[in-house]
Amino acid sequence: MVDFVIFFTVGVLFVIGAFVASWLIAPHKPSAAKLSTYECGEEPVGGSWIQFNPRYYLFALAFVIFDVEILFLAPTLLVMRSFGFVAFIEIFIFLFILILGLSYIWRKGALEWM
Amino acid sequence: MIYVLAAILLISAFLTVTLKNIFHCALALAVALLTLAGFYFYLDAPFVGVMQLIIYVGAIMILIIFAIMLTTRVGDRLLSAANHQVMPSLLAVIVFVLFGIAAIRKLDLVAKAGKMSDPIAGLGRELLTTYLLPFEVISLLLLAALVGAVVIARKD
Repeated sequence: MVDFVIFFTVGVLFVIGAFVASWLIAPHKPSAAKLSTYECGEEPVGGSWIQFNPRYYLFALAFVIFDVEILFLAPTLLVMRSFGFVAFIEIFIFLFILILGLSYIWRKGALEWM
Repeated sequence: MIYVLAAILLISAFLTVTLKNIFHCALALAVALLTLAGFYFYLDAPFVGVMQLIIYVGAIMILIIFAIMLTTRVGDRLLSAANHQVMPSLLAVIVFVLFGIAAIRKLDLVAKAGKMSDPIAGLGRELLTTYLLPFEVISLLLLAALVGAVVIARKD
Protein backbone atom coordinates (compact mmCIF):
# COMPACT_ATOMS: atom_id res chain seq x y z
CA MET A 1 0.00 0.00 0.00
CA VAL A 2 2.80 2.41 0.94
CA ASP A 3 4.83 1.61 -2.17
CA PHE A 4 1.69 2.04 -4.26
CA VAL A 5 1.17 5.54 -2.83
CA ILE A 6 4.82 6.40 -3.53
CA PHE A 7 4.65 5.11 -7.13
CA PHE A 8 1.32 6.86 -7.73
CA THR A 9 2.48 10.19 -6.28
CA VAL A 10 5.79 10.16 -8.17
CA GLY A 11 3.97 9.21 -11.39
CA VAL A 12 1.43 12.02 -11.08
CA LEU A 13 4.05 14.58 -10.02
CA PHE A 14 6.28 13.58 -12.95
CA VAL A 15 3.53 14.32 -15.47
CA ILE A 16 2.52 17.60 -13.80
CA GLY A 17 6.18 18.56 -13.38
CA ALA A 18 6.87 18.10 -17.09
CA PHE A 19 4.03 20.47 -18.04
CA VAL A 20 4.86 23.05 -15.34
CA ALA A 21 8.57 23.03 -16.24
CA SER A 22 7.94 23.56 -19.95
CA TRP A 23 5.39 26.28 -19.13
CA LEU A 24 7.91 28.07 -16.88
CA ILE A 25 11.03 27.66 -19.02
CA ALA A 26 9.72 27.87 -22.60
CA PRO A 27 9.37 31.30 -24.28
CA HIS A 28 5.82 32.25 -25.31
CA LYS A 29 5.85 33.73 -28.82
CA PRO A 30 2.95 32.06 -30.68
CA SER A 31 2.51 32.56 -34.43
CA ALA A 32 0.10 31.04 -36.96
CA ALA A 33 2.67 28.51 -38.17
CA LYS A 34 3.55 27.46 -34.62
CA LEU A 35 -0.08 26.93 -33.62
CA SER A 36 -0.98 24.81 -36.67
CA THR A 37 -1.41 21.05 -36.23
CA TYR A 38 1.85 19.13 -36.52
CA GLU A 39 1.52 15.96 -38.59
CA CYS A 40 4.98 14.62 -39.47
CA GLY A 41 5.89 17.84 -41.26
CA GLU A 42 2.98 17.63 -43.71
CA GLU A 43 0.66 20.60 -44.23
CA PRO A 44 -2.69 19.58 -42.63
CA VAL A 45 -5.53 19.46 -45.18
CA GLY A 46 -9.17 19.75 -44.07
CA GLY A 47 -10.63 18.83 -40.70
CA SER A 48 -9.72 15.81 -38.59
CA TRP A 49 -13.39 14.84 -38.07
CA ILE A 50 -13.78 12.98 -41.35
CA GLN A 51 -15.16 9.57 -42.22
CA PHE A 52 -12.43 6.94 -42.35
CA ASN A 53 -12.11 4.12 -44.83
CA PRO A 54 -14.35 1.20 -43.72
CA ARG A 55 -11.51 -1.16 -44.59
CA TYR A 56 -9.89 -0.38 -41.24
CA TYR A 57 -12.82 -2.07 -39.52
CA LEU A 58 -12.00 -5.48 -40.97
CA PHE A 59 -8.45 -5.24 -39.61
CA ALA A 60 -9.85 -4.27 -36.20
CA LEU A 61 -12.25 -7.26 -36.24
CA ALA A 62 -9.46 -9.67 -37.17
CA PHE A 63 -7.34 -8.15 -34.40
CA VAL A 64 -10.09 -8.79 -31.81
CA ILE A 65 -10.38 -12.45 -32.89
CA PHE A 66 -6.65 -13.10 -32.49
CA ASP A 67 -6.65 -11.14 -29.24
CA VAL A 68 -9.23 -13.53 -27.81
CA GLU A 69 -7.10 -16.40 -29.09
CA ILE A 70 -4.24 -15.15 -26.87
CA LEU A 71 -6.58 -15.27 -23.86
CA PHE A 72 -6.99 -19.03 -24.21
CA LEU A 73 -3.51 -19.72 -25.50
CA ALA A 74 -1.59 -18.05 -22.64
CA PRO A 75 -2.69 -20.32 -19.74
CA THR A 76 -2.36 -23.48 -21.81
CA LEU A 77 1.14 -22.60 -22.99
CA LEU A 78 2.09 -22.06 -19.36
CA VAL A 79 1.50 -25.74 -18.55
CA MET A 80 2.33 -27.24 -21.97
CA ARG A 81 5.72 -28.60 -20.90
CA SER A 82 4.34 -30.60 -17.98
CA PHE A 83 1.89 -32.40 -20.30
CA GLY A 84 4.39 -33.24 -23.01
CA PHE A 85 3.54 -34.04 -26.61
CA VAL A 86 -0.22 -34.51 -26.07
CA ALA A 87 -0.60 -30.88 -25.03
CA PHE A 88 1.43 -29.82 -28.05
CA ILE A 89 -1.02 -31.63 -30.36
CA GLU A 90 -4.03 -30.15 -28.53
CA ILE A 91 -2.71 -26.61 -28.79
CA PHE A 92 -1.65 -27.21 -32.39
CA ILE A 93 -5.23 -28.19 -33.33
CA PHE A 94 -6.50 -25.03 -31.62
CA LEU A 95 -4.02 -22.90 -33.55
CA PHE A 96 -4.52 -24.79 -36.83
CA ILE A 97 -8.26 -23.97 -36.91
CA LEU A 98 -7.45 -20.29 -36.45
CA ILE A 99 -4.67 -20.39 -39.05
CA LEU A 100 -7.33 -21.77 -41.44
CA GLY A 101 -9.30 -18.59 -40.73
CA LEU A 102 -6.24 -16.42 -41.32
CA SER A 103 -5.53 -18.13 -44.63
CA TYR A 104 -9.21 -17.69 -45.55
CA ILE A 105 -9.16 -13.91 -45.06
CA TRP A 106 -5.77 -13.77 -46.76
CA ARG A 107 -7.11 -15.70 -49.74
CA LYS A 108 -10.22 -13.49 -49.88
CA GLY A 109 -7.92 -10.50 -50.18
CA ALA A 110 -9.15 -8.92 -46.96
CA LEU A 111 -5.58 -8.17 -45.94
CA GLU A 112 -4.80 -6.42 -49.24
CA TRP A 113 -5.00 -2.65 -49.39
CA MET A 114 -7.01 -1.43 -52.37
CA MET B 1 -7.82 2.58 -2.54
CA ILE B 2 -10.93 0.73 -3.73
CA TYR B 3 -12.96 3.90 -3.14
CA VAL B 4 -10.63 5.89 -5.41
CA LEU B 5 -11.10 3.25 -8.12
CA ALA B 6 -14.86 3.21 -7.56
CA ALA B 7 -15.01 7.02 -7.80
CA ILE B 8 -13.04 7.06 -11.09
CA LEU B 9 -15.22 4.24 -12.46
CA LEU B 10 -18.47 5.99 -11.53
CA ILE B 11 -17.35 9.37 -12.91
CA SER B 12 -16.07 7.93 -16.21
CA ALA B 13 -19.16 5.73 -16.59
CA PHE B 14 -21.35 8.78 -15.98
CA LEU B 15 -19.37 10.79 -18.55
CA THR B 16 -19.73 7.92 -21.04
CA VAL B 17 -23.49 8.32 -21.11
CA THR B 18 -23.70 12.11 -20.73
CA LEU B 19 -20.93 13.65 -22.88
CA LYS B 20 -22.13 15.48 -26.00
CA ASN B 21 -19.44 14.31 -28.45
CA ILE B 22 -19.78 10.58 -29.11
CA PHE B 23 -16.01 10.26 -29.60
CA HIS B 24 -15.41 11.69 -26.12
CA CYS B 25 -17.97 9.16 -24.83
CA ALA B 26 -15.77 6.39 -26.25
CA LEU B 27 -12.70 7.81 -24.51
CA ALA B 28 -14.60 7.99 -21.21
CA LEU B 29 -15.62 4.36 -21.73
CA ALA B 30 -11.94 3.49 -22.21
CA VAL B 31 -11.18 5.06 -18.81
CA ALA B 32 -14.05 3.08 -17.25
CA LEU B 33 -12.76 -0.21 -18.69
CA LEU B 34 -9.23 0.63 -17.57
CA THR B 35 -10.47 1.27 -14.03
CA LEU B 36 -12.30 -2.07 -14.09
CA ALA B 37 -8.95 -3.71 -14.84
CA GLY B 38 -7.65 -1.93 -11.75
CA PHE B 39 -10.43 -3.57 -9.73
CA TYR B 40 -9.37 -7.02 -10.95
CA PHE B 41 -5.75 -6.39 -9.95
CA TYR B 42 -6.89 -5.07 -6.58
CA LEU B 43 -9.01 -8.20 -6.01
CA ASP B 44 -5.98 -10.44 -6.65
CA ALA B 45 -7.09 -11.63 -10.10
CA PRO B 46 -4.12 -10.61 -12.27
CA PHE B 47 -5.04 -12.93 -15.17
CA VAL B 48 -8.53 -11.43 -15.51
CA GLY B 49 -6.99 -7.98 -15.08
CA VAL B 50 -4.45 -8.47 -17.86
CA MET B 51 -7.12 -9.96 -20.11
CA GLN B 52 -9.40 -7.00 -19.37
CA LEU B 53 -6.54 -4.75 -20.52
CA ILE B 54 -5.74 -6.78 -23.65
CA ILE B 55 -9.27 -7.60 -24.80
CA TYR B 56 -11.41 -4.68 -23.63
CA VAL B 57 -9.06 -1.70 -23.36
CA GLY B 58 -6.98 -2.92 -26.28
CA ALA B 59 -9.20 -4.60 -28.84
CA ILE B 60 -12.83 -3.73 -28.07
CA MET B 61 -12.04 -0.02 -27.58
CA ILE B 62 -10.23 0.08 -30.95
CA LEU B 63 -13.30 -1.55 -32.51
CA ILE B 64 -15.64 1.01 -30.92
CA ILE B 65 -13.44 3.98 -31.87
CA PHE B 66 -13.10 2.66 -35.44
CA ALA B 67 -16.87 2.24 -35.64
CA ILE B 68 -17.34 5.86 -34.54
CA MET B 69 -14.74 7.16 -37.00
CA LEU B 70 -16.41 5.21 -39.81
CA THR B 71 -19.79 6.87 -39.33
CA THR B 72 -20.56 9.63 -41.80
CA ARG B 73 -21.82 12.07 -39.20
CA VAL B 74 -18.83 11.98 -36.88
CA GLY B 75 -18.02 15.59 -37.74
CA ASP B 76 -21.51 16.59 -36.67
CA ARG B 77 -20.69 17.83 -33.17
CA LEU B 78 -24.34 18.19 -32.16
CA LEU B 79 -25.15 14.53 -32.82
CA SER B 80 -26.75 13.43 -29.55
CA ALA B 81 -25.39 10.23 -28.01
CA ALA B 82 -28.21 9.92 -25.47
CA ASN B 83 -31.63 8.43 -26.20
CA HIS B 84 -33.35 9.76 -23.04
CA GLN B 85 -34.73 6.37 -21.94
CA VAL B 86 -34.49 7.22 -18.24
CA MET B 87 -37.29 5.07 -16.82
CA PRO B 88 -36.57 1.82 -18.72
CA SER B 89 -32.85 2.05 -17.95
CA LEU B 90 -33.55 2.77 -14.28
CA LEU B 91 -35.80 -0.29 -14.16
CA ALA B 92 -33.12 -2.41 -15.83
CA VAL B 93 -30.47 -1.21 -13.34
CA ILE B 94 -32.71 -1.99 -10.34
CA VAL B 95 -33.47 -5.50 -11.61
CA PHE B 96 -29.80 -6.13 -12.43
CA VAL B 97 -28.59 -4.94 -9.02
CA LEU B 98 -31.20 -7.00 -7.12
CA PHE B 99 -30.48 -10.20 -9.04
CA GLY B 100 -26.75 -9.53 -8.90
CA ILE B 101 -26.75 -9.24 -5.12
CA ALA B 102 -28.92 -12.36 -4.81
CA ALA B 103 -26.61 -14.35 -7.12
CA ILE B 104 -23.38 -13.20 -5.43
CA ARG B 105 -24.76 -14.08 -1.98
CA LYS B 106 -25.43 -17.66 -3.07
CA LEU B 107 -21.86 -18.17 -4.31
CA ASP B 108 -19.05 -19.26 -2.02
CA LEU B 109 -16.31 -17.49 -3.95
CA VAL B 110 -13.65 -17.47 -1.23
CA ALA B 111 -13.71 -21.24 -0.68
CA LYS B 112 -13.36 -21.92 -4.42
CA ALA B 113 -10.58 -19.40 -4.99
CA GLY B 114 -8.59 -20.62 -2.01
CA LYS B 115 -8.13 -24.14 -3.38
CA MET B 116 -5.82 -23.23 -6.26
CA SER B 117 -2.21 -22.34 -5.64
CA ASP B 118 -1.50 -21.06 -9.18
CA PRO B 119 -4.81 -20.03 -10.78
CA ILE B 120 -3.41 -19.35 -14.28
CA ALA B 121 -1.57 -22.66 -14.54
CA GLY B 122 -4.67 -24.34 -13.07
CA LEU B 123 -6.79 -22.77 -15.78
CA GLY B 124 -4.40 -24.03 -18.45
CA ARG B 125 -4.40 -27.53 -16.97
CA GLU B 126 -8.22 -27.61 -16.90
CA LEU B 127 -8.40 -26.37 -20.50
CA LEU B 128 -6.05 -29.13 -21.68
CA THR B 129 -7.73 -31.97 -19.76
CA THR B 130 -11.31 -31.61 -18.47
CA TYR B 131 -12.40 -28.88 -20.85
CA LEU B 132 -10.44 -29.96 -23.92
CA LEU B 133 -13.47 -30.16 -26.20
CA PRO B 134 -14.79 -26.68 -25.28
CA PHE B 135 -11.24 -25.39 -25.74
CA GLU B 136 -11.11 -26.66 -29.33
CA VAL B 137 -14.70 -25.56 -29.99
CA ILE B 138 -13.72 -22.00 -28.95
CA SER B 139 -11.24 -22.07 -31.80
CA LEU B 140 -14.05 -23.09 -34.20
CA LEU B 141 -16.22 -20.27 -32.81
CA LEU B 142 -13.44 -17.75 -33.42
CA LEU B 143 -13.02 -19.13 -36.94
CA ALA B 144 -16.75 -18.64 -37.57
CA ALA B 145 -16.51 -15.06 -36.25
CA LEU B 146 -13.53 -14.34 -38.51
CA VAL B 147 -15.23 -15.74 -41.62
CA GLY B 148 -18.46 -13.94 -40.71
CA ALA B 149 -16.61 -10.63 -40.29
CA VAL B 150 -15.05 -10.96 -43.74
CA VAL B 151 -18.34 -11.96 -45.39
CA ILE B 152 -20.24 -9.03 -43.85
CA ALA B 153 -17.51 -6.43 -44.29
CA ARG B 154 -16.79 -7.29 -47.93
CA LYS B 155 -20.36 -6.95 -49.16
CA ASP B 156 -19.45 -3.61 -50.81
